[in-house]
Amino acid sequence: MVVFDKPHALADVPMHYCPGCTHGIIHRLVAEVLDELGIEGRTIGIAPVGCSVMAYDYFNCDMIEAAHGRAPAVATGVKRADPDKHIVFTYQGDGDLASIGMAETVHAAARNENITVIFVNNAIYGMTGGQMAPTSLPGQVTQTSPYGRDVKHCGFPIRVCEMLSELEGPEYLERVTVNSVKNIRAAKKAIKKAFQNQIEGKGFSLVEVVSSCPTNWGMTPQAALQWIEEKMLPYYPLGVYKDRTAEEAQV
Amino acid sequence: MADKVLMKGNEAIAEAAICAGCRHYFGYPITPQTEIAAYMAKKMPKIGGTFLQAESEVAAINMVYGVSATGHRVMTSSSSPGVSLKAEGLSYMAGADLPALIVNVQRGGPGLGGIQPSQSDYFQATRGGGHGDYRMIVLAPASVQEMASLTVKGFDLADQYRMTTMILADGTMGQMMEPVALDFAENKAPAKDWATTGTDMKRPHNVVNSLYLDPAALERVNFERYERYAYIEEHETMYEEYMMDDAEICVAAFGIAARVSKNAVNEARKQGIKVGLLRPITLWPFPKAPFRAAADRVHSFISVELSMGQMIEDIRLATECKKPVTLCNRAGGIIPSPEQVLEAIQQAAKNGGAK
Repeated sequence: MVVFDKPHALADVPMHYCPGCTHGIIHRLVAEVLDELGIEGRTIGIAPVGCSVMAYDYFNCDMIEAAHGRAPAVATGVKRADPDKHIVFTYQGDGDLASIGMAETVHAAARNENITVIFVNNAIYGMTGGQMAPTSLPGQVTQTSPYGRDVKHCGFPIRVCEMLSELEGPEYLERVTVNSVKNIRAAKKAIKKAFQNQIEGKGFSLVEVVSSCPTNWGMTPQAALQWIEEKMLPYYPLGVYKDRTAEEAQV
Repeated sequence: MADKVLMKGNEAIAEAAICAGCRHYFGYPITPQTEIAAYMAKKMPKIGGTFLQAESEVAAINMVYGVSATGHRVMTSSSSPGVSLKAEGLSYMAGADLPALIVNVQRGGPGLGGIQPSQSDYFQATRGGGHGDYRMIVLAPASVQEMASLTVKGFDLADQYRMTTMILADGTMGQMMEPVALDFAENKAPAKDWATTGTDMKRPHNVVNSLYLDPAALERVNFERYERYAYIEEHETMYEEYMMDDAEICVAAFGIAARVSKNAVNEARKQGIKVGLLRPITLWPFPKAPFRAAADRVHSFISVELSMGQMIEDIRLATECKKPVTLCNRAGGIIPSPEQVLEAIQQAAKNGGAK
């Protein structure tokens, strides 16, 4: 009896991610959700520019590679082309979503575009070798903040869920993490809800996944997961930042 | 003969796009092409299409990228500064071999420039606009009728060759009103087996992508693309010749400059000057053959442009500088007058081809 198998929506190919990177976990959670909701055949995924650029090879659903930061705009086009059939998700990192693509992110949320956004926040540019990200913590040492992020010089990191929660538009915003089994389970629940919302036509659903980058943080995978707990989560608290349907049900 | 309606050039583009089966339009307001967006905003919701005002030109072209990836006909329109912003998306669409129609109703530049008509985006359009080795098919209408018919043609070419087609118009073409016949046959996009419309669990996944980390693979797709471009150069070049049979001087002009130049050619003919007009309709592919042929017959060329002289370089390349080419131009949003062009013709007649 098979008790644990690769999800169908996850391609059976070697991934290029570094040892200890949590992209693999997050990919798997997305793929499990596509399987469980039975939507792989009508899903189109949008890959970003960044570490997960080759996500187009890792999912078995149709995939599109977008320009840096433009995934929400590309997703808008795909969704509007056939809103009844297409289930559309973007998979984006912090540089992609919160820096170069912030305008596309904010406006897709403001329009309540009926798409699902998986936002992987690891507080660093991984693909290019560890530069400061819009979400790098104050004091965080990176290749382009070698003396630590000086907020007087380059400002403060952006809390995306909190910022978007001020908009009327979005349906659902939740921040999760994948640094423990318990948290991974909670992350999957959030990702599933974000797709379920789209199926039900509720609108823009974003799940921010606080993630690790052992390679560019210069830590062991285990220490990186600990760093999430001790450094990232105090600045990026987990939780639901917006759930319109739940809020309306309460009124 | 089909019924004609009086329409603005910009509106003719919008209506022709709908005739061509385009049901998705994304844009951002900018003078002097906003009538296209306004027309689409009114029409699209009534025919089950999409009109969406994007947050930026960058977003608009990426929405176009998304629709195109699903195989549907799609367009955007803008004017010069906005097209610069779209350049990133145009490069990605070229790299992913995606078809779409892009309209540039040019205004004076560089920078914010002005809002009056110009042709100073010729280089940008004919050389692709963004980074990397690629081309766009560039169509230059010279009447409201051509604004419509070249729009329909543009969608067909884009789909046939899996590339972007640009309508390179100018503020005059966009704003002027002329009678136009819109009796195009109902036209739909051909089947596209590469499109990302969902696998329906019946086929391996399709991927729309421009990333090739293997240099040999990237080189291969570039060479394949240029084979396609060579075929287009051979088969899709369009131009109009006017009084070129016995011409000793060739006036070259496109768009509104060609309209003005035709008047000047007529006037010069009355004065006994043997002059003709060669009007490129495709700016890329540039009609090299008729220019090459003309170079054997005429003693000089005059390039009439609403720019500091951009097409003139393609004329010199096509004719291998066999005969002198002079520039008759205005810039900054000013249209050359027929008198100015006539004077240039008279001067060329006097010089008789002397360099």
